[in-house]
Amino acid sequence: MSLEIQIATGSSTPIYWQIVDQIGKAVESGAAQPGDQLPSVRALAERLVVNPNTVARAYNDLVRDGVLESQRGKGVFVAERRQVFSDAERRRRLEQAGDVFLHDVRMLGFTTAEIIDYLERRLSEAMPETPREVTHE
Amino acid sequence: MNDFVIETHGLTKYYGTREVVSPLDLAVPRGSIFGFLGRNGAGKSTTIRMMLGLVEPTRGSATVLGQDSRSLTPELRARIGYLAEGHHVYGWMTVKECGEWQSRFYQNWNWGVYNGVVDHFGLNPKTKAKGLSRGERAGLCLALTLAPEPELLILDDPALGLDPVARRSLLQSMLYVTRRADRTILFSSHLLSDVERVADHIAILDRSVLRANCSLETFQDRVRQVSLKFPGTPPPPPAIPGLLHSFRTENEMVLTIANMSPETDRILRSLNPKSIDPMPLGLEDAFISYLGDRGEQSFFIPDAEDAA
Repeated sequence: MSLEIQIATGSSTPIYWQIVDQIGKAVESGAAQPGDQLPSVRALAERLVVNPNTVARAYNDLVRDGVLESQRGKGVFVAERRQVFSDAERRRRLEQAGDVFLHDVRMLGFTTAEIIDYLERRLSEAMPETPREVTHE
Repeated sequence: MNDFVIETHGLTKYYGTREVVSPLDLAVPRGSIFGFLGRNGAGKSTTIRMMLGLVEPTRGSATVLGQDSRSLTPELRARIGYLAEGHHVYGWMTVKECGEWQSRFYQNWNWGVYNGVVDHFGLNPKTKAKGLSRGERAGLCLALTLAPEPELLILDDPALGLDPVARRSLLQSMLYVTRRADRTILFSSHLLSDVERVADHIAILDRSVLRANCSLETFQDRVRQVSLKFPGTPPPPPAIPGLLHSFRTENEMVLTIANMSPETDRILRSLNPKSIDPMPLGLEDAFISYLGDRGEQSFFIPDAEDAA
């Protein structure tokens, strides 16, 4: 597994969150596969030059969210489950991505219908197996 | 569970009529890397010197490793490593000679640690101390302080004047020392990025008054920034206990708040915003807001357990 974690200090993102985020992304993208072992808390803390408690907290959160699993005496591994974020977190990330998208697109002068068409085409290319039928209530 | 290597009780220092340290109650948990923060002149060094029995408190007391700091025995002192501000060494000695000289004062002297730190900072044992750069001299001092394998390490602004490479070596050494769970480090610093990396507990002194004594996590949890969006112009900032900072734009109001509570939440909701969203806040910004220019010193962040 290639686990590249970059820590930026002085950022508005706490270090523990940077670790959670980057491991989550590595699992999501497939860079880290289910069953892959993670470095020990101590080893990762030394590599990143951060307090081991910070790494332990990140691992704990990821175990709680089902991204990682801890096997007593053996270490911490990438869990089988692919759904790596909680519902609230998925929602938050969707909103965040949406904000960026809307901000960029707003000044380009497309109509809403054009943008929806475009998005539908891109979505069907990117995620062909996802059901796209939307039920309106 | 409450095992503290340093405790101060109403520790106070006056120089003449000037209060340098206001009655200070501080507790440093065993095994922690404890960041002691505050602006210049906040009283950090004086507090450290009182802890070590080098300065007589005007009132109050400090206990270090269970002993009153005014009567520390030589045996107990040998269990404390103190790196004073400024990194003083005898220039005419070589790096190796400095170690040999210092080792005579200690029953415990681990040459492996000494040579390890010397090597880690890239020092040549044959160099005379006066020929060392500032960062190298810091490395030498750190080696001298760490070789007796002290149980408690007190570093007064160890990163002052160090370049980024030497600073990184310093942080690595600090993490290395606390591999053993019974080792504690108290260090003062202005470099919040260093604190963010290695500290697990912090205390903040603000103009001689203690403003926080908690885990780093608790501090970052307790100082929050929220964004309130409004359909039109936001109302003036509400009177909220713990409000540190606010600014308003066209239809947004951003508030930095200490010790948010359900009551705070209720007040924010009563403003009828379109949305209330937490915003990420870095340690440095949190710290600056916390010690900001409001001139109030009324907020204190205690440890999470204490607050419960």
